[in-house]
Amino acid sequence: MQLLFEPGFFSNASVRGALVLGAIVAVVSAAVGVFTVLRSQSFAGHALTDVATTGGAAATYYGVSVLAGFISASVIGAGSIEAIGTHRVRRRDIATGIVLGAATGLSALFLWLDSSTSTTGATQQILFGSIFSVTGSTVLDASILGAAILLVVALLWRPLLLSAVSTEIAAARGIRTKLIGLLFTLALAVTVGLTSIAIGSILSTALLIGPAAAALRVTRTVVRAVSLACALGIAATWLGILFAYDSKYWSSSGNALPVSFFIVSIVFFLYLLTGLPALRRRFARRTPTSVQGTRPAPQAASAAMRTQ
Amino acid sequence: MFSGFMVNAWEISTIVAIVAGMVGFFVVLRGSAFPAHAIPNGAFAGAAGASLVGIDPLVGLGVFSLLAALGISSLGRRGRPDVATALALVMMLALGAAFLSQTREFEPQVLGLLFGDLFGVETRKILPIALLAVVCVLAVATLFRPLLLTSLVPEVAMARGMRPHLIDTAFLVVLACATTMTVPVVGALLIFALMIGPPAAARCFTSRPGVALGASVVLALLAVWSSIACAYLSNWPVGFFVGTFCAGLYAIGRIYEVLAAAMSRRLALR
Repeated sequence: MQLLFEPGFFSNASVRGALVLGAIVAVVSAAVGVFTVLRSQSFAGHALTDVATTGGAAATYYGVSVLAGFISASVIGAGSIEAIGTHRVRRRDIATGIVLGAATGLSALFLWLDSSTSTTGATQQILFGSIFSVTGSTVLDASILGAAILLVVALLWRPLLLSAVSTEIAAARGIRTKLIGLLFTLALAVTVGLTSIAIGSILSTALLIGPAAAALRVTRTVVRAVSLACALGIAATWLGILFAYDSKYWSSSGNALPVSFFIVSIVFFLYLLTGLPALRRRFARRTPTSVQGTRPAPQAASAAMRTQ
Repeated sequence: MFSGFMVNAWEISTIVAIVAGMVGFFVVLRGSAFPAHAIPNGAFAGAAGASLVGIDPLVGLGVFSLLAALGISSLGRRGRPDVATALALVMMLALGAAFLSQTREFEPQVLGLLFGDLFGVETRKILPIALLAVVCVLAVATLFRPLLLTSLVPEVAMARGMRPHLIDTAFLVVLACATTMTVPVVGALLIFALMIGPPAAARCFTSRPGVALGASVVLALLAVWSSIACAYLSNWPVGFFVGTFCAGLYAIGRIYEVLAAAMSRRLALR
């Protein structure tokens, strides 16, 4: 026990804050992440963290709430991506790229305008995050917003799933796929805005995509994928926090390694592990008939063909 | 405006714009916007690592952008490409964070790579960048037909014995090469804007590949030159102008596309 947990791990207030916030973020990210991966929106999921950062820089400059800045910029960015082009996957990619490029330019401007305060420190804080400097109000904000996002995903569950599997079938059943897509993208934007301010943009993307993608590789129903993704996300976050805390004692210099490094490494490892052919075959054999239903239309089908 | 350190800025930005316009044309054509964002960002970790062990950051940039390109291509082959790109990107950024945590000394320099320093280019750095640029341009010229065929008509390319995955990897390596040379100058974040905006706009104006490639280079040059002029006159950061002008070019392109479609409809009715 002593070997695993260095002294003061459980009594440390910032560690406890990090564990609670990490769990909230991991669960919300996992639920949203499964649909993000199914709908092939990983790029938007990542790009919005950078767009949100622009909002953070702008909020700092105008002296308004940084959380509001993050979330509103992310929502505006998502809206612009949807407005520029949604029908073709390739055009959606370019739309995301254009919005990301413009946001980066604005971020350069606001960081320059902000430069009376220390910008490099702020940039690094936002990019790499600081889960250890969590305050009580962040945890409260995260729980309220997180609950709202989970509620939206639960309400949209069936139409989302159906339009992820096949847009045509969904449309034939009278589902307004464009509206559903827009609502989901907005939920994604709020999630990303929240998680990128809470834990930094690297971890935001890692926890959104990693556990969900790993879970989708070894499960054959979406409910199971979401639960497994939540479990993997929480496990990765908590282990990462533990390692980061312990790493202070590993080297003589006392330079702790950042928590984002550990969490991302664990997530990356989990993704590689679930990609092992032996593991995938085992899960595929167990439920051979229900393969369809968790994969979206042609693109994923061809990706699946390639992996065989 | 055209003397002293500004001469270097004009020269280097011209080189960067030509490469970004050419490579970016295929980025847009192939829908590789995410790798084009991930490779420069991930490469930034290489610069941090190089500073830590005390070698030239350019070497670190090169090694890490190559690693990112190969990683994305091999992971993407066995799973969803966008997931592979996202995870490769965060893994490299996390490595960068780990490198930075071990030393505080080079932090401003390394973080400066995110936005680059167009006005601080030394004369001795122009030659290596120009050489890499020539390599990139030659590579794009050699790969032109296979790249075009595998992007637009994959079936025809397969029938001709081209191997799409090999071409894809080759393209990502070219992207890595372009990244290595451009990141120190315009920064990891803005090279991306330059690789997406002008080529995407060029494709709105013409559907002929050769013409679009040329237009993409011209538009990239326009964007960079006017950004430098505006930044010089207003003293605002050049990155802001690059980002805004690239998005603006695309907006103009889309408006043109809509107008042209409306015009041809009206002509057809008549």
